[in-house]
Amino acid sequence: MSEFSVIGRRLPKVNSWAHLTGQARYADDLFLPRMLYGRLLRATRPHARIRRIDVSRAAAHPGVVAIVTGADMPAKMGIMPSTQDETALAVDKVRYVGEPVAGVAAVDEDTAFDALSLIEVDYEDLDPIFTIEEALEREDVKIHDESKRANVFKEVHLSFGDLDGGFASADHVRDDWFFFEGNTHAPIESHSAVASYGADDKLTLWTATQVPHYLHRELEKVLGLPRSRIRVIATPNGGAFGGKSDPFGHEFAAALLSMRTHRPVKITLDREEVFYAHRGRHPVKMRIRTGVKKDGEITAVHYQSWLDGGAYASYGIATTYYTGALLTVTYRIPAYKFDGVRVYTNKPPCGPKRGHGTTQPRYGFECQLDKIAQDLGLDALEYRKRILQPPHSRTVNDLRITSMGLGECLDALQRATRYSERHGELGRGKGIGLAGSAYISGAGLPIYWNEMPHSGAEIRIDRGGGVTVMCGTSEIGQGSDNMLASVAAEALGILPSDVHVVSGDTSLAPVDLGSYSSRVTFMAGNAVKDAAMKLRSLLFAAASEKLGVAEDRLIAAYHRIYDQNDPEKFISFVDAAVLAESKHGTLVAAGSYKPPKGIGGSFKGAGVGPTPAYSYQAAVAEVSVDLETGTLTVDKVTTAHDCGRALNPANVEGQIEGSAYMGYGEIIAEEQIFRGGLHKKPSLLDYKLPTSLDTPALEAIVVESVDAEGPFGAKEAGEGPLNPVIPAIANAVYDAIGVRFDETPITPEKILEALGKRDNRGVPKSRIGPDGLAERNGDPKRAQRRLDASTEGRERKRTPPLGSR
Amino acid sequence: MTSTKELLTLHVNGEALTVAAEPHHTLLEVLREELGLTGTKHGCELGECGACTVLVDGAPVLSCLTLPVLMGDAEVTTVEGLGSGERLHPLQTAFAEEGAAQCGYCTPGMLMAAKALLDGTPRPTREQIATAISGNLCRCTGYTAIYEAIEKAALRT
Repeated sequence: MSEFSVIGRRLPKVNSWAHLTGQARYADDLFLPRMLYGRLLRATRPHARIRRIDVSRAAAHPGVVAIVTGADMPAKMGIMPSTQDETALAVDKVRYVGEPVAGVAAVDEDTAFDALSLIEVDYEDLDPIFTIEEALEREDVKIHDESKRANVFKEVHLSFGDLDGGFASADHVRDDWFFFEGNTHAPIESHSAVASYGADDKLTLWTATQVPHYLHRELEKVLGLPRSRIRVIATPNGGAFGGKSDPFGHEFAAALLSMRTHRPVKITLDREEVFYAHRGRHPVKMRIRTGVKKDGEITAVHYQSWLDGGAYASYGIATTYYTGALLTVTYRIPAYKFDGVRVYTNKPPCGPKRGHGTTQPRYGFECQLDKIAQDLGLDALEYRKRILQPPHSRTVNDLRITSMGLGECLDALQRATRYSERHGELGRGKGIGLAGSAYISGAGLPIYWNEMPHSGAEIRIDRGGGVTVMCGTSEIGQGSDNMLASVAAEALGILPSDVHVVSGDTSLAPVDLGSYSSRVTFMAGNAVKDAAMKLRSLLFAAASEKLGVAEDRLIAAYHRIYDQNDPEKFISFVDAAVLAESKHGTLVAAGSYKPPKGIGGSFKGAGVGPTPAYSYQAAVAEVSVDLETGTLTVDKVTTAHDCGRALNPANVEGQIEGSAYMGYGEIIAEEQIFRGGLHKKPSLLDYKLPTSLDTPALEAIVVESVDAEGPFGAKEAGEGPLNPVIPAIANAVYDAIGVRFDETPITPEKILEALGKRDNRGVPKSRIGPDGLAERNGDPKRAQRRLDASTEGRERKRTPPLGSR
Repeated sequence: MTSTKELLTLHVNGEALTVAAEPHHTLLEVLREELGLTGTKHGCELGECGACTVLVDGAPVLSCLTLPVLMGDAEVTTVEGLGSGERLHPLQTAFAEEGAAQCGYCTPGMLMAAKALLDGTPRPTREQIATAISGNLCRCTGYTAIYEAIEKAALRT
């Protein structure tokens, strides 16, 4: 019998019933009395000065109630306090097509939409920058005046151990370039916010956000309203994946429009706007040099990345560091150098997408390890097992490793897929590939520096035995509400379905930093456990007195507190609560969690990478390649993931499968790409998400290393499992057709190019990927010429030559 | 901004409901905004994501591409009509048990597509399920738990 009554059981999520009956209230489902509908006017130019905005015609349009522009909210804002370079709506300048410029509130959405076309914006075009190479070179064009060198946003250099010595002692050195294409989250729910400002001068904002607390801070700054007068309520997010973890223009615009009109204002983005809001996966160019001994032991790694950040900072400083920070936590690396550069370009800002900044380097590194294994004649699975970073160790870049289940993940995969026997043996067109990975269970540091808890929780037990858990977490579909209820229920000896959860409300719940960096289970889980254990000790004291049984012999489970030696000696949970309240007063307890000190180094840049516990995972992909059409079919992805302990195995498996699905989409097709600054695929017709018929068979294997610091041993499960899927598929494609795909996505066109079947030349290639910083196809000025050509084309169409018609 | 609303009668979840609605508004908009049935979701405006799926005379239909003024007496079923409280549909129970709803946003449309499948094919194969829900995008689950839930519900109906 399990030592737990809740943990480890496949119980339905506590919020399932609302989802399954249509009762869940997402932000766009809110309709308030006297509510107005807002729409945002978005920039049509990739890089331009705003000479003038004339809203007079729009303001006079019947049904329009209020209009705001950037000048109304000029304060700089952004998620990272050290790099705030955005405004709620564009001020003086626009930096990407789709940047919000003005907001209109009207009696209905149609009217607001109509009014947008009546706003006149006079733009003075500036040279746009679209590629990493141009951004590094063009000193004459500054997307942000603050950039010291050309259009560099951030440049970082870190070095650990004896790099030169490491390379000198290597028997074999690989030097490979990779490119990871950008892509976006595409949650099915578009962003939506409803603001309501009342006669009491208080603002309430219901919004689909992953970070209600950080948004709260930014609202104060931008609106000039004290935080004590603002209440942010994170509505259930209809998917987020990192795409709702920045403060967004529509949230501020809805708030200010409501303050101006004293009426509720709702702004819901349409699908095209979601592609402009973006904050998705950075396109990253990478160069990885790795030295190894004959047996494969790594002697040194020099990793370099160039990130195309788009027009604004977002989480970019963290993303940049993350590309280099976590390569060291999986395999022993005695010497390591990391150089990272993130540049500005005139495209929607990139930010954190599931796996934040670690997905791209993990792809490159695991593909390179596959090449090394091949060079040295090693089995790729056995090889990885031999070079594992040990548990309870420190990496060369001073990261503390605790529980470490990557070896168990690899063993589980070998048992499930017989990778080692099948690799290289499946025949042309069929392949099997492997990769490993790791991720953080929450960032070790908050986004703004402070000594306060990362997560707080409050629990109240009422006289009827009702339990309410309050915590600032945002439910984004990852199951955080259910996690809170489960941890509290386990500690108190009740069931999750008995628990009322109040989450994501800055007025009712203690601060949790947000649903990002896979931090919620570990940090909010520990906070709620802390609070629950305090209440449990009050209940146990009361029960002990009543039953005449020592407290250390008591167990709480299934609504009873009982003597473990004599389970018939018990008191019900409700009776214990009444006794405890009689004795101690109202039963409320607060708990909190802050990561321990000393989990990372103290050098500049050491703030990104440390976490209280790393999750580990590995994936095996099985593929078929049609040699005539270039079609890549992924037949199956098997992922083994060390989540510490599965608090709810059904939900953990769901995270693993969902991650595999999302990684599959990224490598097979998804790309956020542009032509002359215009998004090429800003709809779900063009930006194809895998359907049920596309998606491979997915198998999830849960590995439990039971982390000593995690709540009941748990670590993260929401992001890490995405990472290994992408390189596993690339490595499987190599096994199938002998072509290295050192860039994503792997499209049929690229496969045909590699097979020499795309053009008449018929020259097969052994590798598709970059050889340096330059664009693989064509020159960097191509985009500009295309933009000019398409602009001229449009102008010609608009003004037919004299004499025609 | 001149209102051009017209009266129209819709048959939704077994009730005849008369509402005033803009004739160019879609069934999705009328359900959500005029009838307060917000269980049906908006996702892409293009009929690509399936979040707005409802049943019209038992067949799955994209409500974002359907004009109610053209629907006549057709019977519309939304997630609110699928079951609630004491009378949950086996699909709803199975979705909860299998963790087939993560964020829950595609779920109402997914449930309606699954109901149409089971109504016509009580014991579907995995391939038939995959085909039946191929017009409903789910960004969270990878579909595996959804297949398992539909299979489980099929055994209980």
